[in-house]
Amino acid sequence: MIEISHLSKRYGELTAVDDVSFDVRAGEVLGFLGPNGAGKSTTMKMITGFLAPTSGTVRVCGHDVQSAPLAAKSCMGYLPEGAPSYGEMSVRAFLEFIADVRGLTGDHRRSRLDDVIARLGLASVLEQVIETLSKGYRRRVGLAQALVHDPQVLILDEPTDGLDPNQKHEVRALISAMSKDKIIVISTHILEEVDAVCNRAIIIAAGRILADETPKALAKRAPSGRLEDVFRQITLGAKPVVREAVNA
Amino acid sequence: MHSSIRTASILFRREFASYFATPLALVFIVIFLVLIGALTFSIGGFYVRGQADLAPFFNYLPWLYLFLMPAIAMRLWAEERKSGTIELLMTLPIAPWQAVLGKYLAAWAVAALALLLTFPMWITVNYLGDPDNGAIVTGYIGSLLVAGGMLAIGACFSALTRNQVIAFILAFVVCGLFLLSGFSLVLDAFQSWAPQPVIDAVASLSFLTHFGSIAKGVIDIRDLLYFATVIAVWLIATAIVLDLKKAD
Repeated sequence: MIEISHLSKRYGELTAVDDVSFDVRAGEVLGFLGPNGAGKSTTMKMITGFLAPTSGTVRVCGHDVQSAPLAAKSCMGYLPEGAPSYGEMSVRAFLEFIADVRGLTGDHRRSRLDDVIARLGLASVLEQVIETLSKGYRRRVGLAQALVHDPQVLILDEPTDGLDPNQKHEVRALISAMSKDKIIVISTHILEEVDAVCNRAIIIAAGRILADETPKALAKRAPSGRLEDVFRQITLGAKPVVREAVNA
Repeated sequence: MHSSIRTASILFRREFASYFATPLALVFIVIFLVLIGALTFSIGGFYVRGQADLAPFFNYLPWLYLFLMPAIAMRLWAEERKSGTIELLMTLPIAPWQAVLGKYLAAWAVAALALLLTFPMWITVNYLGDPDNGAIVTGYIGSLLVAGGMLAIGACFSALTRNQVIAFILAFVVCGLFLLSGFSLVLDAFQSWAPQPVIDAVASLSFLTHFGSIAKGVIDIRDLLYFATVIAVWLIATAIVLDLKKAD
């Protein structure tokens, strides 16, 4: 379970995330929607403990991310924005490194590595150096890295960005297949993605939550019944916007 | 405790391997060996002196380190920040000290390897005469400690910025101050106005003062303590800088 309570992030005058509260339960696939710079990535960076909030708390699997960061981070898998990875390593070396840091050993380590390599179709590029891979493969390596310890909670920042339509479809199928007993939060600005994989959608703009419903209920808000129209209707009203995540 | 050390050593191994995944470490080692050879033999008058010792070698080493240690340390954190992998690293279940220590020791190991490869110098001097091998061993230990101190300074400045050039320049300046503070040139500037205890304190901050006594063959616990303190202080500062960046 993720419990977020009165979470705010300010950069001097700018408020990137403004008093955000929500919970996510097992089995929920939460789509985090919003225009660029709405505070999606900043919120995710605070959930995963990369950024410290200005105020408010985040608890993941019952652990406060600020006061018990190691326990909280152990039960999370995270795909940061842009899917960064160590470019000079081979796919195999990189995934083994993550598995080792995650404390996997012996047969369990091997079977988890085999599992993510198969799921993400990485077998053919295992010995290749990551920086020589295409954008789509690099994104898949990033996803594999997030899944390697079979985490209870998955935080995926734009998981399908840069993938071709077939790869997008595969990643969505992967997310749907895992969603039964996990908590998955994905950020996206692709609305069809929300329809395809999420059973809950939060629309955020200018750091505030503007809507929190099922995608179906949300779509009904517009006369046309299209999520896209609802998105425009809701977010264009919000005042424009602070800078998104700061990779200080 | 055991698993904490294990995590630090996983990070150490990844970092050490990454030095050799690019030509960086190799280029560094070659440049180091060529320069120290040139300094020792031509400018230091290794043969002309007609003495069987490595004094010219050890005299030039700290000055060479002044350029080369900031160069190996500059990438430690700045590159992670630039490529975004810092977000990956800091959201893994790793305590900050494990990352700080693992990465720092990897840089130190590269420096140690380069220093070890100067062994032909030691063989030569033993072939030519009958040197005080005890003093040579302590000279090597002292050199390693100077390298360690400079790398700790370099690691801290690398954590401060995503720009490796800035990290290099700042580390170079501060390492320079730590070297020069034992030099009469610098001490004279204090002589006119500062009381003697201050001057002594400034002089005792210098790498050269402590290195000098170790290189003479005397391993004094106070000199070891000095280097241990310098390294610890700068590594703690590195961890503090990383923590402050979280709130950025």
